[in-house]
Amino acid sequence: METIGLSHYLILAAALFSIGVMGIFLNRKNIILVLMCIELMLLAVNINLVAFSSFAGDLAGQIFSFFILTVAAAEISIGLAIVTVLFRNRGSIEIEDSNLMKG
Amino acid sequence: MTDFAFNYISAALPEIFLAVSILVLLMVGVFTPKEYAARSVAGLSVVTLAITFIFMLVEHQTFKIGFAFPYGTGPDGQPVGHFYIADWFAFYAKSLVLLASATAIVLAEDTLKKIKLHKFEFYVLVLIASLGMMLMTSAAHLITLYMGLELMSFSLYVLASFWRDNSKSSEAGLKYFVLGSLASGILLFGLSYIYGIVGDLSFAAIDSSIATIHQGGEHVLPLTVALVMVITAMAFKLSAVPFHMWTPDVYEGSPTPVTAFMSAGPKIAAFALLMRLLIEPFAALAADWTQVIIALSILTMAVGAYMAIVQQNLKRLLAYSSIGHVGFMLVGLVGGTIQGVHAVLMYLTIYGIMTMGAFGMLMLLRRKDVYLETIDDIAGLSEKAPAYAFMLLVLFFSIAGIPPLAGFFAKFYVFGAAVAAGYTWLAIVAVVLSVVSAFYVLRVIRAMYFDKGLNKPIDMNAPMPMRMAVVAAVLFVVGFIFFMQPIDAISYKAAESLFVSASL
Repeated sequence: METIGLSHYLILAAALFSIGVMGIFLNRKNIILVLMCIELMLLAVNINLVAFSSFAGDLAGQIFSFFILTVAAAEISIGLAIVTVLFRNRGSIEIEDSNLMKG
Repeated sequence: MTDFAFNYISAALPEIFLAVSILVLLMVGVFTPKEYAARSVAGLSVVTLAITFIFMLVEHQTFKIGFAFPYGTGPDGQPVGHFYIADWFAFYAKSLVLLASATAIVLAEDTLKKIKLHKFEFYVLVLIASLGMMLMTSAAHLITLYMGLELMSFSLYVLASFWRDNSKSSEAGLKYFVLGSLASGILLFGLSYIYGIVGDLSFAAIDSSIATIHQGGEHVLPLTVALVMVITAMAFKLSAVPFHMWTPDVYEGSPTPVTAFMSAGPKIAAFALLMRLLIEPFAALAADWTQVIIALSILTMAVGAYMAIVQQNLKRLLAYSSIGHVGFMLVGLVGGTIQGVHAVLMYLTIYGIMTMGAFGMLMLLRRKDVYLETIDDIAGLSEKAPAYAFMLLVLFFSIAGIPPLAGFFAKFYVFGAAVAAGYTWLAIVAVVLSVVSAFYVLRVIRAMYFDKGLNKPIDMNAPMPMRMAVVAAVLFVVGFIFFMQPIDAISYKAAESLFVSASL
């Protein structure tokens, strides 16, 4: 049986990160999905950091990942607050409706 | 022991003071009666910024280069590994940030009152953003870098959507939030690869480790990928093309006081951070990042100059103009020389004051309850408000870089640095594009002086501090030759110290 090495974790993280980035660009419907994609990107980074940290036997990466978790929580709460305000003003959180300014 | 602890905290004393004051101000805002809350917090926050500056001065009397928060001891028992560095470079950048925040607060009060948005949270958020910017300029560790960057960005997302009943403002906040979060995701992914290659998060360790890899002649692909990702993320924050899409929308949608703040402070902090990253940890990769910076700078200058020409809205026009300025600053970064860093610091000083002045003018120009926001609105301004028209003329001439105004010297420094670093062709491209950017400036001036406009009077009842701030910016722009010597000397010292701390 093949053991799970560092590269497996890195491939997983890269895949999750790409899904997150593509989700932001390709998703044309709902802003909540964009927030989820942002969260996915940050969690992919966490997998990277924890994997590196565990394989190198150095704790700094895991500490960094805790910082990222906390900041991600704050980030999403700000995002949701902005979405709430937008919904109150526009009555919709479809991305296509956010088009007051162009050019 | 206590002495030891104090020694290693004192380099971060100004930030600690600011952080505590923010909490106190929040309490003041909550517990004072509603009608005084915003006004008292506004005054106190300017005082706070001033005291923070005094702390910085005192600190720099005692330290040449101070470190804070060591997280280990070396073989000789001395503390090693630092989260935080306070050198002259950080001092200079932080002074600019504090000046920008204080000016933004002075300019904001009247406008916020007139659009019925005068809440004390505005000032607290500006202070939190300033704290984040100070952390960015002093970061010596990837965690400090990230926390500073996010502290700044989060406050700015909230500030952009601060006008709660205005759909443009919430849309601006949303766009800023989504693209800003994307940028920080990209930044983090790059940082995680750097951690994987280096095995440490501090700038010093990254520097020595990358230098070793580089000397071995090895080409590590993930390192290049990480470098490009970090520069991409910084380009997002600086609004360098092709990562500038959010800038015009956010500048137009946010309330003007917020736009004024956003156009100066964050640019200064992000540039300081980018310079520190490129000169300290990534010094060995100069050949790689120079190409990226050259491409970014040419694109940014071109798009900034050409897109500004077609804009009708003045805030959008200034947004593209600030994109163009970022392009010129990037020219100075090419080559990574002391002279280049010095040129960028000079440019940041002049640009910050110039752009705050221009947005201050936009906040002064109002007719009844409507702010003048488009080029058609300011048509014929010279007849109705000659003084305002003249001030706007001076500021816009400076933005175009017409001698002997400050904007000319900013460009002069940057082009000189590019030529000295051996990139004469880039300097020539930059000069040509700066001629193009003069075109949109002339369009604004033609509208003010030669077009006929509505025959309605302009309001002249702005409060004294606000007018003083704008007049001070205009005087600075006009009389820059006379202040040049000291600013030049201090910013050169700052640029030198960046290279000294790179070798520590």
